[in-house]
Formats: sequence, structure tokens, C-alpha cells
Amino acid sequence: MLPKAEMVHWGFAVGILLVGLCLLSEAIVGTEVWRKRPWRKYLWPGLAFTLGVLLWPVMAFFTNSAIHMYAHGSWAEVLMLAGGAELGLVHGRLKSRWWRLTWPLAFAVTGIAFIVHEQNPWFFARSAFLHHLLGWTFLIAAIVPLLLVWRPRSTALQSFFALSIVIIAVMLFCDRDVAPVFGHLSPLAGVQHR
Amino acid sequence: MQGSYAHHLPASDARRRSRRAQAVSFIGPVTAAAGVIWAIVQPYRVTLLHPRGQGFWWLLVEPPLLVVLAGIVFAFVVARPLLADLEEHDAAEG
Repeated sequence: MLPKAEMVHWGFAVGILLVGLCLLSEAIVGTEVWRKRPWRKYLWPGLAFTLGVLLWPVMAFFTNSAIHMYAHGSWAEVLMLAGGAELGLVHGRLKSRWWRLTWPLAFAVTGIAFIVHEQNPWFFARSAFLHHLLGWTFLIAAIVPLLLVWRPRSTALQSFFALSIVIIAVMLFCDRDVAPVFGHLSPLAGVQHR
Repeated sequence: MQGSYAHHLPASDARRRSRRAQAVSFIGPVTAAAGVIWAIVQPYRVTLLHPRGQGFWWLLVEPPLLVVLAGIVFAFVVARPLLADLEEHDAAEG
């Protein structure tokens, strides 16, 4: 009775999309206005932390090999770390800006895990293509949160960060368990179901 | 020269503030519209249009509708109070 893996991806895509939209709004209005209401400052860090927590059941129920388990487990850990650090920073419990290094760390670990745990080549099937694409997107985009550690008020960097997260959500929405990518689908991938 | 500067600065500030408010107010509707367009382009992704024989999860998790839902939730829960705060902040700044 478990949902298919693609449905789990779509569910996470919704959460990630909301995080991206919140970040984009914060970039537009500025941090001062964004934090005017106490609940709002915890919104996207809380969402990110929750997504990290929810990755644990994904690791437990949806991984069919050790490398999948390590990948999902490492995402859960780094997302909880980054979300938790951000919660601590907005609450004022954490003071050092170096805690923001948890975001580029989360992006880099996620990117490496995506690339390493995808065993098939790019054009094997759509899911393989998206795993490679997501991995490289995360790795390249990691530079944005890294620069934000030194320039936290930069509207351009905040916007790039938000848009990179929205793009990641779009990629996750595109994921299917067995589907072609640009007309390519390996016969080893299985039968396309829809 | 000074008079001209003083005359133009508030107008440009007001335009910038108005653009920020417009941008925030567009995010939710644009997201929801993207979901609607997706549903029109790929109607087979919306199982509610052909529910016969579909399982529970296929009826619950429908990506285009999830995008529409995310846009609506964002517009009402996040954007609306944020716009009120932005307006209040801009009024306080003069």
C-alpha cells in the first residue's frame, strides 16, 4: 500500500517548491519585512527541517540497496542540519554566520549522493537523467549559498538561491519511475506504465 | 538641482515599492497558473479526470493539482500577510 517512488518525489517537490517560493519572497521584500511576523521567520527553515525528518521514512521504506540507503540517509542528515542551523540562527540561539555553511554542505552532499547513487547512464530513462541533472545542479548551485555566507543581504544571491530551489522542485515534478527522456528509454528500464 | 532630486527620489522609491508588492502578489497566481497549464498540456497526469480503476495514491497525488495547491496556499497563507506587512513597513518609512 506504499505509494510509488515517483509519488514520493512529487510530494517532496511540493515542499521544496514552497521553500523556494518563501525564499523568493524574502529576497523580494527583504529580510526585515519578512521577519515582521514571528511565525514567518521560522517558516522555510522549519519546512526544510521537516523535509529532512521526512527523508528518514523514505530511507527506511523506499530504498532497495545499500547505496540508496546511504544517499537518502545522508540527505536526511544534511537537510536536518541545515534546516536546524537556520532555525537556530533566526531564533537567535546561534550567532555565528559560519552556521550558514551548512547550506552549501547540504547542497554538495546532496549533489554527490545523487550522482553516486544513480548507477545508470544519463539516457537510460527519465529518472536516471533527472538524477544526474539534479546532482550536477545541486553541485553547481552550492556556490550560491556559499557566497551567501559572506553576502547574506545580497538580493541577487538570495534570488539565485530561491530560483535554484524552485528549479530543483520542477525537476522532481518531472520525475517518473519508468518513462523516456527525449525519446530514449532503455529496454532494461522496464515497461512504461503511463 | 536639489529641488529636482528631492522631487524625483520619492517617486522612484514608490515605484520600487510598488514593484516589490506586485512581484510578491504575482508569485502565488503564477505558480497556480503553471499547474493549470500543466494539467491542460498533460491531462493524463490528472487522474481525477479519469478516476475509474485508479488506486488511492494515484487519486491523491496528482502533480499538476499539487502545483496549483502550492500556489493557492502560498498566495493566501504567505503572500497576503506579507503584503500587509510590506505596506505597513513602507508607510512607516514614508
